[in-house]
Amino acid sequence: MSTMEIPLSPALPQQAKGESRFLRFAREFAASHIAVFGLAMLAVVIVVALAAPWIAPQNPYDLGKLDLLDARLPPGEKAGSGNMTYLLGTDGQGRDMLSAIMYGLRVSLMVGVASGAIALTLGAALGVLAAYLGGRFEQVLMRIVDIQLGFPAILVALILLAVLGKGVDKIIIALVTVQWAYYARTARSAALVERNKDYIEAARGLGLSARRIVLRHLLPNSLPPLIVVATVQVAHAIALEATLSFLGLGLPATEPSLGLLIANGYEYMLSGKYWISVYPGVALLATILAINLVGDQLRDVLNPRLAR
Amino acid sequence: MTVYILRRLAQTLLVLFVTALLVFFGLFLVGDPVEILVNPVADETERARASAALGLDKPIYEQFFIFLKNAITGNLGTSFVFGRSALEVIIERMPATLELAFLAMVIAVSLGVPLGIYAGLRPDSIAAKAIMAASILGFSLPTFWVGLLLILVFAVQLGWLPSTGRGPTVDVFGLQLSIVHWEGLKYALLPAINLALFKLSLIIRLARAQTREQVLLDYVKFARAKGLSKARVIGVHLLKNILIPLVTVIGLELGSVIAFAVVTETIFAWPGMGKLVIDSIFQLDRPVVVAYLLIVVFMFILINLAVDLLYSALDPRVRLAEAK
Amino acid sequence: MRLSGCLRAVVFSAALALALPAVAQDLVIGLSTPVTSLDPHFHNLSPNNNVADHMFDKLVHKDAKEQLKPGLAESWKAIDDTTWEFRLRKGVKWHDGTDFTADDVLATLKRIPTVPNSPASFATYTRPIKEAIAVDKATLRFKTERPHPLMPNDLVAIRIVQKKFAESAKTEDFNAGRALVGTGAYKFKEYVAGDRVVLERNDAFWGGKPAWKTVRMRMITSAPARVAALLAGDVQMIEAVPTADIAQLTKDSRVSVASAVSNRVIYLHLDSDRDKTPFVTDKAGKPLEKNPLKDARVRKAISLAIDRAAIASRIMEGQAQPAGQLLPDGFPGTSKTLTAPKIDQDAARKLLAEAGYPNGFAITLHTPNNRYINDEKAAQAVAQFLTRAGIDTKLEAMPSAVFFSRAGKLEFSFFLAGWGAETGETSSPLRALIATFNSQTGMGTANRGRFSDAGVDALLTVAMTNIDDTKRNLMLAAASDKAIGELQAIVPLHYEVSSWALRKGLTYTGRADQYTYAFEVRPGQPVDTARR
Repeated sequence: MSTMEIPLSPALPQQAKGESRFLRFAREFAASHIAVFGLAMLAVVIVVALAAPWIAPQNPYDLGKLDLLDARLPPGEKAGSGNMTYLLGTDGQGRDMLSAIMYGLRVSLMVGVASGAIALTLGAALGVLAAYLGGRFEQVLMRIVDIQLGFPAILVALILLAVLGKGVDKIIIALVTVQWAYYARTARSAALVERNKDYIEAARGLGLSARRIVLRHLLPNSLPPLIVVATVQVAHAIALEATLSFLGLGLPATEPSLGLLIANGYEYMLSGKYWISVYPGVALLATILAINLVGDQLRDVLNPRLAR
Repeated sequence: MTVYILRRLAQTLLVLFVTALLVFFGLFLVGDPVEILVNPVADETERARASAALGLDKPIYEQFFIFLKNAITGNLGTSFVFGRSALEVIIERMPATLELAFLAMVIAVSLGVPLGIYAGLRPDSIAAKAIMAASILGFSLPTFWVGLLLILVFAVQLGWLPSTGRGPTVDVFGLQLSIVHWEGLKYALLPAINLALFKLSLIIRLARAQTREQVLLDYVKFARAKGLSKARVIGVHLLKNILIPLVTVIGLELGSVIAFAVVTETIFAWPGMGKLVIDSIFQLDRPVVVAYLLIVVFMFILINLAVDLLYSALDPRVRLAEAK
Repeated sequence: MRLSGCLRAVVFSAALALALPAVAQDLVIGLSTPVTSLDPHFHNLSPNNNVADHMFDKLVHKDAKEQLKPGLAESWKAIDDTTWEFRLRKGVKWHDGTDFTADDVLATLKRIPTVPNSPASFATYTRPIKEAIAVDKATLRFKTERPHPLMPNDLVAIRIVQKKFAESAKTEDFNAGRALVGTGAYKFKEYVAGDRVVLERNDAFWGGKPAWKTVRMRMITSAPARVAALLAGDVQMIEAVPTADIAQLTKDSRVSVASAVSNRVIYLHLDSDRDKTPFVTDKAGKPLEKNPLKDARVRKAISLAIDRAAIASRIMEGQAQPAGQLLPDGFPGTSKTLTAPKIDQDAARKLLAEAGYPNGFAITLHTPNNRYINDEKAAQAVAQFLTRAGIDTKLEAMPSAVFFSRAGKLEFSFFLAGWGAETGETSSPLRALIATFNSQTGMGTANRGRFSDAGVDALLTVAMTNIDDTKRNLMLAAASDKAIGELQAIVPLHYEVSSWALRKGLTYTGRADQYTYAFEVRPGQPVDTARR
C-alpha cells in the first residue's frame, strides 16, 4: 500500500496459510480490544436475559408475590417478610429492581432486535428492489414510504392498541410499522448510486437474472449505510418502546420492559429515590454500548470496501 | 426534469387522500370523542347535542365525505376541543416547532459532519474513539430521560438556562420567532440539544463510515497526486461523495424532528405542533390530527423530492427514474 | 390626636411599602393541563374554568371547602318550591367601568345554550331554569319545572359576562381578548395558545385589591418538568405536584407544599347487572354459571380484601384519604356511620366462601392510565391484594381515549374510575354512579355497572326534591348507607388529595375543587426570587 498524507487505517493482518475463514474473521475481530470487551458485555447481557427466570431472585410479573409495603425501599434493604434482600432496592410497586431489570432486559432485547431485524429485512428488500426496478413500482413504494414516515409512532401505536390490545407481539408490529420506511428509503438511496456503477452494467451484460443481480450484487453493496443505521436503530427501537410506555401505549404495566422501568423511573428523578431511575438507565446504556461496540467492529471487518 | 417534478406533485394528492382516509378510520377505531370531551354529568340530551355539534352523529363514511368536500376549499375541519379551524390552530404553533427543529438540525449537522469526518480520517486516534463512544451515548437513552437530566443539570443545579417554556418572540416577516435573539435563544437551547442528540450521533457515525470507505478509493489518491491540498480534497471531493446517504438521512431526520418533537416539546413545555398533536391524539380531536398529518406528510413529500433532486446534483451517476 | 395618628399611619405604610420588594408583585404559576379556550361558556373543562374564574365572577362562589359563599349575589333563598330569588351585590363595576346589573345575568343565561360547536356545554346548568326574571336591577327570580334544591350550586358554574358581549360576541372574540371584560379580580392581558395566559390586576375589584400586580399562568404538562421549573425559580407555584416528589419537596427549604382533600373519589365499578359478564371466569379460564359480582357478599369481599391505607401511603405517598363512601367526612350528604374499611382478607375469604366461591375466581381489572393521579399504579396494587385473597386479577391499562369509549359501551366487568362531585355534596355521585340508569331523566349517566336498587332510587328521588338542606342531607346520607354500606354498589378506594407547591414565603389554602386561584395565594414574607 502506498503511503499518503491522508492517514489510513493500518493494514489488517493478511490471511495466514491454511487458516479457515472463520478463524481469520475471529482474529480480525479480536484485533480491537474494545470490541472484545463489548462482546464480553454483550454475552453477559444475553445470558442474563435468557436465564432471567432461573437466576432472578424474584419473579416480578407474579402479582401474588409482590408486597406493596416493600415499595420504594433503598438498595440493600430486606423485605418486610424477611425472605429476601433487595440488592438494588424496589420500585413503586414493590418489585425487586434487580429482578425487574433482568426480566425487563429480556423483553426489551427481544422487542428491539426482533422489530429491528424484521424492519431491516422488509425495508432493505423493498428499497433495493425499488431502486433496481424503477418505474411504477418505485413510485408507488416511495409514496407509501412518504405516508409512513409522516405517521407518528404514537398514533400508530394508539390505533393498534385500540384494535388489538397490548402485548409484546403488538408492540413489535407497531415498531416494525414505524421503522421499515426509514430503512426502505436509506436502502433505495444507496442502491440508486450502486445501480449505475460499472459492475452492475457488467452483470447485466453477462445476462445474469434480475434476481441474482439484486440479491448477490446490489443488496450487499448497498448494505454499509444500512448497517450503520441498523445498529443505531436497535437502540432506537428500545428507546421508542420506552417512549411509548412513557405515554401509556407500551407493554402491560404488570410485565414491565426495561423501557417501561425507565419510563416509571422518570417520575422519580427528582424524588431522591435514585435507584428507581438510575439503575434501569445504566442497564440500558450498557446493553446499547455492548451492541454497538460489537456492531462497529463487525461492520468494519465485514466491509468488503475497507482495504485489506 | 420538470415532468418528473410535476409527476411527483400529482402523486402527492393521492398520497394525501390515503393519509386522510387512514387517520379518519384509524381514530374511529380508537374511540368516541364525545365520551372523552363531554362532562360526565351530561345526560343523553346533552350528549346528543354535543355529538351533533361536532358532526359525529352521522355515519363515518358521510363524515369523511363532508371532510373531503370541505378540504377542497381549504377548510380542514373545526377542532373539537378548540372550536376553531384546525388548520389555524396548527399553523399558529408551527413557527415554534419549526424553529426548534431548525436549531436542532443546525446543531446536529454542524457538529456531526466535521466530527464524523475527523473520526473517519483518523480512526485509531484517541479523539476518534472518544467521539464514537460519545455518539453511542447520544442515542442510547430515551429522549425524555435525557431531557429531564438536561433540565436538572443546567437549569436547576447550575441555573445557566431557563428550565421550560419558549422565550419572547420577535416579528420576522410576519412570523413570530424566538431564536433570533439571545433572550429567546436561551430558552430554545436545551430542547434543541435534546432533540439534536440522536441525530448528532447518527450523523457522526454515518459520516465516519462513509469517510473511511471513500478515503481508500482511487480518486482520492489521484487528487492528491494532482497536488490538490488536503483541505480541498476533504472539503470538496470527499465531502461530495459521502453526502448522498448522509443527505438522505438528514432529510429523513429533518422530517422526523418536526413530526416527532412531541416528547421534547412536552417535557420542555415548548408550545409547538408536536405537543398539540399528542394532546389531540389522546383527546381524539380528529380534525386537528387529520390536518396535522396532512401537513406533515406533505412536508415529507417535499423533503424527499428535494433530496431526490439533490442526489442527481451531487452524483451524476444517479439518474432518476424519469430520465431513463 | 387625629392628625398625628394620620401622620403615623402614613409613615407606617410608607415604611411598609419600602420594605416589601417590588418583585413581590408578580406571580408565575405552572399549570398542569392546557387551557383550550378563553370563552367561559364554550368548554366545561377545569383549566378553562380555572382561568375564567380569575376574570369573571359567578353569582355564587365556593370557598376552599366547597361551601357556598356570596359572589355577585349577596344572598339567595328559595321563596317557594319552584322559585329561587337572588339579591345582587351593588356597586360592582365591569373592567371597562360600566355598572353590573341583572340584565347582564339574563343575557349570560340566554347565551349559554347557543354557543356553537361546544364539546361540553354549560347548558346542563341552565336547563332547569324555566324562566328568569329581573324583578329590579338588583334582584333576580328563577322559576324551575320541578323543585331544584341545588340551584345555587349549579350557578357556581356560570361565569357572568357583559350583556353586550353575551349578545354579540363569538368564541373567537373571547379567545382574542376583545370580549374578555369581566367583574373579576384580574383583567386579561395576553394569551399564547398552549403556552401561557397573562393577567393584570383589577384595582377596582369589589372584593378588595388583589395581591398580585401581574399573574402569568404557564402551561407545563410534564409533571417532573413542572417541579424542576419550581426548583429553578422559573415559576413560584405549581399545581398537581407528582406524588413521587412530595416527600423530597417537603424537606426542601426552598419550597413548601399545600394539600387539601378533594371532592374526587377513586372507586371500583362492578358489573352488577348482567348474568354473563365478559371478564370473569374460574381460575382455569372457564366461564362461570353465574356472575359473582351480582352477589353483594362478593362485592363486600372485594372491598375488604384491599388495604386502602397501604395504597394511600405507598402508592399515593400520603396524597390520598382512604374512602368508605362517596365524599370525605364533613361534606354535605355524607353518612356519619360509614368509614373506610380496614383490610381483612380472612373476612373476605369467608364471604367469598359463603357466596359459593371458596376457591375464588379470576377477573380482569381495567383502568385508564392517564386520567387520575396514579390510576394505573393504584389498580396494580388492587390487583395484588385481590390475588392474595383468592381472586386472580389480571390488569389491563389503556389511555383514557380508549378506556372511556369502551367503558361507555359496557365492555368491562370490573374497572377503576373516579368521580369529582362538582356540587360538593353526595347527590352528584349518587345520581351519576348508583341511581338506576335512565336516559330520559338523566340518572345514572356514569353508572356503567348498571347497578340498580329501588330503595336507593326512592331515597334519592325524595331527597332531590327537598328544598330543606338539613332534611335533604340526612336522606342522602341514608341513601349512601344503603347503597355503599349495605349493598356495596361500588367499592370506594380513596379520595384524591390535591397538592400545590410554592416557593417559601407564599401560602395557599388548598381547595377541594382542585382549582388554583392566584388571588388566594398570599405573600407571607418577601418572595425569594432565587438567582434570576
